Amino acid sequence: REDRGRSPQRDFHILFVPRRSLLCEQWLKEQGVLGSFIHREQYSLDLIPFDGDLLSMESESAFKECYLESDQTSLYHAAKGLMTLQALYGTIPQIFGKGECARHVANMMIRMKREFPGSQNSIFPVFDTLLLLDRNVDLLTPLATQLTYEGLIDEIYGIQNTYVKLPPEKFAPKKQSEGGKDLPTEPKKLQLNSAEELYAEIRDKNFNAVGSVLSKKAKIISAAFEERHHAKTVGEIKQFVSQLPHMQAARSSLANHTSIAELIKDITTSEDFFDNLTVEQEFMSGIDTDKVNNYIEDCIAQKHPLIKILRLVCLQSVCNSGLKQKVLDHYKREILQTYGYEHILTLNNLEKAGLLKPQTSGRNNYPTIRKTLRLWMDDVNEQNPNDISYVYSGYAPLSVRLAQLLARPGWRSIEEVLKMLPGPHFEERQQLPTGLQKKRQHGENRVTLVFFLGGVTYAEIAALRFLSQMEDGGTEYVIATTKLINGTSWIKSLMEKLEPAPF
Amino acid sequence: LKESKRAVNSLRDIVDDDDDDDLERVSWSGEPVGSISWSIKETASSSTSSLEGRDSSLQKGSSSYAAFPKQVSSYSLSSLFKGRNKLPSFQSLSDALSDTGVKNYTPELRRPKAEYKDYSSDWSPKDTVRRMQRGKICSLERFRSLQDKLVLLDEAVAGHDGNVITAVLIFLKRTLRREILFRELEVRQVALSHLIHFLKETGEQKLLLDLLRFLDRTEEVALSQYREHLNIQDVEKRREFLKGCIGLPFSAEDTSHIQDHYTLLERQIIIEANDRHLETAGQSEIFRKYPRKASILNMPLVTTLFYSCFYHYTEAEGTFSSPTNLKKTFKIPDKQYVLTALAARAKLRAWDDVDALFTTKNWLGYTKKKAPIGFHRVVEILQRNNAPVQVLQEYVRLVEDVETRLNLATKYKCHDVVIETYRDLKDRIQLTAYKCKVERGSTEEEKINSILNN
Repeated sequence: REDRGRSPQRDFHILFVPRRSLLCEQWLKEQGVLGSFIHREQYSLDLIPFDGDLLSMESESAFKECYLESDQTSLYHAAKGLMTLQALYGTIPQIFGKGECARHVANMMIRMKREFPGSQNSIFPVFDTLLLLDRNVDLLTPLATQLTYEGLIDEIYGIQNTYVKLPPEKFAPKKQSEGGKDLPTEPKKLQLNSAEELYAEIRDKNFNAVGSVLSKKAKIISAAFEERHHAKTVGEIKQFVSQLPHMQAARSSLANHTSIAELIKDITTSEDFFDNLTVEQEFMSGIDTDKVNNYIEDCIAQKHPLIKILRLVCLQSVCNSGLKQKVLDHYKREILQTYGYEHILTLNNLEKAGLLKPQTSGRNNYPTIRKTLRLWMDDVNEQNPNDISYVYSGYAPLSVRLAQLLARPGWRSIEEVLKMLPGPHFEERQQLPTGLQKKRQHGENRVTLVFFLGGVTYAEIAALRFLSQMEDGGTEYVIATTKLINGTSWIKSLMEKLEPAPF
Repeated sequence: LKESKRAVNSLRDIVDDDDDDDLERVSWSGEPVGSISWSIKETASSSTSSLEGRDSSLQKGSSSYAAFPKQVSSYSLSSLFKGRNKLPSFQSLSDALSDTGVKNYTPELRRPKAEYKDYSSDWSPKDTVRRMQRGKICSLERFRSLQDKLVLLDEAVAGHDGNVITAVLIFLKRTLRREILFRELEVRQVALSHLIHFLKETGEQKLLLDLLRFLDRTEEVALSQYREHLNIQDVEKRREFLKGCIGLPFSAEDTSHIQDHYTLLERQIIIEANDRHLETAGQSEIFRKYPRKASILNMPLVTTLFYSCFYHYTEAEGTFSSPTNLKKTFKIPDKQYVLTALAARAKLRAWDDVDALFTTKNWLGYTKKKAPIGFHRVVEILQRNNAPVQVLQEYVRLVEDVETRLNLATKYKCHDVVIETYRDLKDRIQLTAYKCKVERGSTEEEKINSILNN
């Protein structure tokens, strides 16, 4: 309204992304400004491609809405996104799923297909299988600290829409000519995706294996630059010069990642990181999950960031199928006394989401699940991994294990364990028009689209990519999700907002 | 890592024209990102691909769209809109087709109202929901009878689109009597959840609480009401409000926490008023030496305890600001109390107070040092506050685990402790080796020599 007064010639338009919201329009109407907008449009972004094998809806509130507020609107949009995908890449003949939300999405997909018969197209299906997984089938994985290169960048600095902002000191160009130049104060912004060759190579590796890749790369690039001494003929010089831009890009890429790796190493070699990781791994391997943990108590006493504490207590709770009432009460009391009583609201949310709750049945299912699905692997090889557990240096993400076992030998072999995990599991088939049924050639990989409803971590993505490139794996994976998350952003989305609302 | 860093730095010298570290970013088609030709290609490709990619069930496969601008004078956001194919939402295709061929290729500025509103009165509930799902605003007023409204709601729920469900609920909320609305929603879980979410978002607290009470979701009522305290800035009002929350139907555990919250705030108000008075009067030494940086209001309990141990340590249990009073009132466990008191006294360099914390007299009258936390923690906190070596030494000596004791003693140069420990371990080699760590001719060196010679 103020703006309007100042410049009556101005036109106001409003674009709702990703979709129009009645609530917003209602509020604008109440403020009396709705009519001032000449255009009210929505730009429907359902699934956004983040990389060649990764799609995300970037819906931050999806998990909270589905599991805390029983509002499944985001699932409706996930289903619509999947319909769009099928329109482009062909009907997906097989749908597997585990979880309430998965069931709901599958039902909607089938119904949408029925209601729009014109959507039958004649595209050869690119995807053989769709696997829908509820986040709450595996609450454990996002809580643990990721140990892949990309995972650690996200944990420490936070990757937003493939961009990361880093402290600028290590990226300042060393120019001798201009002495006394001020260090940049703006954080260094870098784009991270598979278009960068070096990044594609190291992003999914366990961080401990990154150093050797970088040093090898350094040798190769140094050698390449050395070639200029050997170039004698005009032809050779010309060839060298034509390579120069590529080599410069490679050098720049190497410089950036060497700096990033140094920054990360400073954190991972710290005592606190080590202590934290030790406790996480103890819980994940089933040690002492039923008592109050000393390290957690110490951290509360030293007033470490609340989210760190919450991740740890939730991890303990999940690895124990809920905490004993005494232990839970003890943690709650310490947290409330140290961080403030208002956090009762957040603790309540975490209980509702199943992350921090009392043990109801008196039975701890986690050891059985852990053993049957081989979630804890002692003999993990970080440099040359042979199993997905390398992404957490010992813990195999439960969600990815389910995907792995679905492909081979199938979920029949883990019926008992599946029943211990929340929500129904199911299989649906969608009719393909005759002639489109694809017969896979011998040796040709199946393509499975794994859709995480409620969020996915970079470590899980790395694990799926690992499965894709396995020699005799038989399946390639494409990943879709409602949001790319890490433990911190995930817990944050469940925390009660403690500041009064702006309106 | 070191190798690659070396390589990187040496390469920097080799490559002369190293003007900027920024890579020239290039899009898939080869255009430099950010250039004008790139922008043009981007907008063109997103228009075409989004058209084709849309849910083909609802589009009739029309392929014509407004012609792309051949020259653009400036690359402002508005000029991007001019002549650009309107991003397809389901009804805009027809609009795109009706391009008027104005010089700047502007699409029509105002959509005919008919596009938005549905004046027809024939749409059934099912069709109404369908149209709403496609973004058309429908007048719901003609659904007058309760029956019609419920059918409309059920259709909306069956359609799964949250936006539509909310729209219908707004209508019902406006046109139905409260009791009827509640009663009908009680048996419609999905719609109920939507309404609750909606009421939370819009802050319609009263209606929300009434609804939750109707549903007998008592704990939620309690928590919802408690949440409101965050909106009350005035401390006195907040205190009153919290007092009112105590009787609410929380779970047993939570009730005690709410009680504590109220009691704490009540105390804080008293302490704050008192201390502010002391500060301005300027008579109290502690407040003059260490002026307060913030008010104690709304701080967590442990922070309040620290404050109390800092400014009011010696007060008797009877006063509201004494640490012992806080400990008793809130049943603060020993561990937490000792840690906090230690941190506060160490900050003030009150080593005698620290000593007293750990000294207990047993029944024979002998004093003994005890701690509910490991002594290595005590050492840590003392060291962080730059305690002098003589004080540190006392507590390093008390660390039970020998290895830890040696580590800490060596780290903080508590020579006597190192010497004594090696002596007790009868480790001649280490003791001799440690000689080089002490000053030539010092008492420590003498001590080592005398032990070695015995």
